[in-house]
Amino acid sequence: MWRRTVPIMITFIVGTVLVVAEFIPHKPFGNLGEDFSLYFDIIAVFAFILGGGNLCRVHFSKVYRKKTDWQFSIVTLLGFFVMLAAGLFKIGNPEGIQGDVTAAGSLFADLYDSMFTPLQGTMYALLAFFVASASYRAFRAKNIDASILLIAAFVILLGRTPAPSLIADFFAGAGITFMATAFNFVPTLTDWIMDVPNLAGQRAILIGIALGVISMALRLILGVERTYLGSDSK
Amino acid sequence: MNPKTIKLIIFIVILTSIVLSVYFVSMDRDSIREGIFVTSAAFLTLFIMSFLYKDNPYYKFAEHLFVGVSAAYWMTMGFWGTMMPNLVAKLWPGAVRGVLPALAEKDASYWFVIPLFLGLVLLMRLSPKGGWISRWALAFIVGTTAGLNLIRYLRSDFIAQVNNTIIPLVDKTEAGISFWGSFSNIFVFIGVLCGLIYFFFSKEHKGFFGGAARIGILVLMLTFGAGFGYTVMARISLLAGRMTYLFGDWLGLIN
Repeated sequence: MWRRTVPIMITFIVGTVLVVAEFIPHKPFGNLGEDFSLYFDIIAVFAFILGGGNLCRVHFSKVYRKKTDWQFSIVTLLGFFVMLAAGLFKIGNPEGIQGDVTAAGSLFADLYDSMFTPLQGTMYALLAFFVASASYRAFRAKNIDASILLIAAFVILLGRTPAPSLIADFFAGAGITFMATAFNFVPTLTDWIMDVPNLAGQRAILIGIALGVISMALRLILGVERTYLGSDSK
Repeated sequence: MNPKTIKLIIFIVILTSIVLSVYFVSMDRDSIREGIFVTSAAFLTLFIMSFLYKDNPYYKFAEHLFVGVSAAYWMTMGFWGTMMPNLVAKLWPGAVRGVLPALAEKDASYWFVIPLFLGLVLLMRLSPKGGWISRWALAFIVGTTAGLNLIRYLRSDFIAQVNNTIIPLVDKTEAGISFWGSFSNIFVFIGVLCGLIYFFFSKEHKGFFGGAARIGILVLMLTFGAGFGYTVMARISLLAGRMTYLFGDWLGLIN
């Protein structure tokens, strides 16, 4: 009962109360959505703590057992503890412990700017190269579907840069007016693709997602979907 | 040459470059602290980019550092942004007098015992025998997400999107009927309808239904193409940002 029935009841009560609260905009129901979201955020912070604890456990174990690449686990642990200490104790914060944790000049802000931002930015920037190699394979116009995808992507890429007007100027200078007109039309075509076909496709996807989320939410609230509870073997 | 010797030479070159960079940036900006941080950002960027050649120890160093630093970053933000003002200050306002004086004078709200209890219960997941209790916190999270999303998606992603699709197909302006506006409105209406038909798998895509699904695929291809173009542009702009940092902030070659 405690392992399966209680969690199912919690999900049912919380989910039902939040749905019902939408139809009763008075106390105590009026603010329930906000309050429960706040509770959710607080529990999420405990989940971060759980994640941090787990990270330490895994990497300490790797160092202790001298597993493959254990030296890099020391780097992870060092980065973790230095950043954590800088943030929790607000080391070097110009406004002291009462100041904003991200205040300029604090060790936390400096570590954020010199480690977190470049590492994250470059990781995502690296994807540009992989996307380029993937697009080489995907963009070979093998059929009409791939050709439409290729043309749309090409027009968007071209239309959101100053390139069309520069190319149009070049053709105008060379006296090839129809090409200049065609390239001047690219930004308009880009806007149309974004505002019309892209909107239609996005809308169909959004409506599909909404129907999926609604049906899944109902399954969870009514206890039909129970996979999040895991198995009882552990 | 022996691979170990090559690795040692590369290591010495990188170490020397780091030391020289710290020295020159510090001289340029009159601050050793800035010299260290600017050099650190530049070399970490280069370490990550070295993956384009192949997996190597410098990339692994940066990757492992990123894991540790980002975990600590989100923990810290959660602690100072949520835990202290929304939990500790609500339950024991006096306890935050030293760190958040503005919240210390407010009345305690004992309802916040609920998330405290559920949060502590969640930590039981680390316990070998009592791990199952963490399901209670998980059940609360799932219930909250389901309850809030059911209404939110129904309102903003379903009703609002359907409402915005049902528009006059003929676009009348002061000058008369706009051909291009009418064409766009008809395109949006038919595009959404055909896109939805494509996602409907309970009926076989044959005949008229199959034709509509085919048009749906073409509309979706245009959407994916546009999305792809935007994603590539976002990544390239990030890359341009990192290059600007390397050649501008670090090396000072561009303004």
